[in-house]
Amino acid sequence: MLEVRNLTYEVVENGEKITIVKDIDFTVGDGEMLVITGPNGGGKSTVAKLLMGVLKATGGEILLDGKPIQDMDIDQRAKAGIGYAFQQPPVFKGMTIRRLLNLAAGEELPEHVCCDLLSNVGMCAREYLDREVDATLSGGERKRVEIATVLAKSHRVCIFDEPEAGIDLWSFSMLVKEFEKIHSRKRETLLLISHQEKIIRMADRILIIKDGLVKECGNAKEILPMLFGEGRECACMGRKGGQIYGTGCGNE
Amino acid sequence: MELDAVTSKVLAAIDAGGFQQEGAYNLRYNGQALCHGDSEHIKIKKKEGKPGIDVFISSGAQGEQVHIPVVISKSGMSDIVYNDFYIEEGADVVIVAGCGIHNSGCNETRHDGVHAFHVGKNAKVVYEEKHYGEGEGTGENILNPVTQIDLEEGAVFTLDTVQIRGVDSTQRRTDVDMGPGSRLYVMEKLMTHDSQEAVSNMEIRMNGAGSLAQIVSRSVAKGSSRQTFHPNAVGNALCKAHIQCDSIIMDQAQVCSIPEIDARNVDAQIIHEAAIGRINTEQLLKLRSFGMTEEEAENVVIDNFLH
Repeated sequence: MLEVRNLTYEVVENGEKITIVKDIDFTVGDGEMLVITGPNGGGKSTVAKLLMGVLKATGGEILLDGKPIQDMDIDQRAKAGIGYAFQQPPVFKGMTIRRLLNLAAGEELPEHVCCDLLSNVGMCAREYLDREVDATLSGGERKRVEIATVLAKSHRVCIFDEPEAGIDLWSFSMLVKEFEKIHSRKRETLLLISHQEKIIRMADRILIIKDGLVKECGNAKEILPMLFGEGRECACMGRKGGQIYGTGCGNE
Repeated sequence: MELDAVTSKVLAAIDAGGFQQEGAYNLRYNGQALCHGDSEHIKIKKKEGKPGIDVFISSGAQGEQVHIPVVISKSGMSDIVYNDFYIEEGADVVIVAGCGIHNSGCNETRHDGVHAFHVGKNAKVVYEEKHYGEGEGTGENILNPVTQIDLEEGAVFTLDTVQIRGVDSTQRRTDVDMGPGSRLYVMEKLMTHDSQEAVSNMEIRMNGAGSLAQIVSRSVAKGSSRQTFHPNAVGNALCKAHIQCDSIIMDQAQVCSIPEIDARNVDAQIIHEAAIGRINTEQLLKLRSFGMTEEEAENVVIDNFLH
């Protein structure tokens, strides 16, 4: 179980303290899927980075199976069982996709396993295994490789930061199937940052973050009607072409 | 011939494919030819009047290898060698050279290797050269290679040079003259640490129409080491060349990269790129998210960059 209590992140810019996220609270049970959504710039990705240790929280607690992890470094959190797909994955000049997958898995993977990992994110494995993770790959291809690196190993908690960003529709539907498969196994806890209706509708629990604060948190039955107009509207969100957007924040 | 443990270890470091006393080979050890062998198509002859060998590679050599490593384990030694390679028209050969120094004393140990390649029409040569130093001594290890390459029409030459560790000072000089339709591929990889110093000067003269050169230099500078790269591509004819120098700089190191392009013909197309920067923080974070420590992640980035 992943518990987050009063999670806060503040930075000082030009001598002024700026609060990016404040007093975030939520819990995700084993095998559950939590989707964090909300307007751009609201603090969703910051929460994901704080969970992985990419950023260090300035307040609050993060508990994995009851043990505090907020003081751990990123590698220690990885060893504790957290996997993380970056929203904007880096390029690795000279590194093949095969080698990156092996590094992610922590072992030499048989070729057919590498192929399966890539196929599951909508890539034709044979064409890609020996290609470099460099600028010759499109943003969408790099993104799918990034997701495959998280899937290369089993984790207690998998965090995906906007997995849909930059991905074509066909690959996106493959990705949705993959998340459904992982979710149905109920072995790994899934935490996704997303604006996509298809992904949000898969969630067991949904958290809406705006302006660094939790605006809504509850199970899907409670939150979905607020987002997609089936009941009362969530005051902070709008909807457009299968994606939801923040309203009034100027980022739509 | 039985080789001692130190020599075997150094050979393993400079000859990744594995040095074997069969086929065409020549092992130079502490300034002397220790053992050598010929093959049907590759003959090695000792030079007269100066140290070194002449290697004759006939057009019958197709996919053959010749190994000519140098090992120095005598601290304080200064060795200079002149090796000439005569590669006949149409030959296809891999030449594995390299020098390793095991310095267990307090004296400067030095090897200057002057290699000249005369490459015939349409011949194909891969030249691998690895430089390495080790030993518990405090004496400096110095390696100064000079490489001269003359490519006839249609010849293809791949120069793969690597200096990984243990070389305190290197002054590298490479000169290439390219005939019509010839091709040159250079991959230079270098890592310096502590207070080491490396200088690489290269001049590629594309004299023949249709010649093509690709020069890639990748380096990592750690500690307070200093590196200088100065590749120069001279286009004297219709030709294409691309020079790329990428360096990772760490600690208090200094890297100076001066790619030069010199077009002396209206049909010369020459491009250069150079980049120096620290290790990408996002790459480190990604690797650390796999469970690696910062040091392990750094090693992976460096290893990946240089291999």
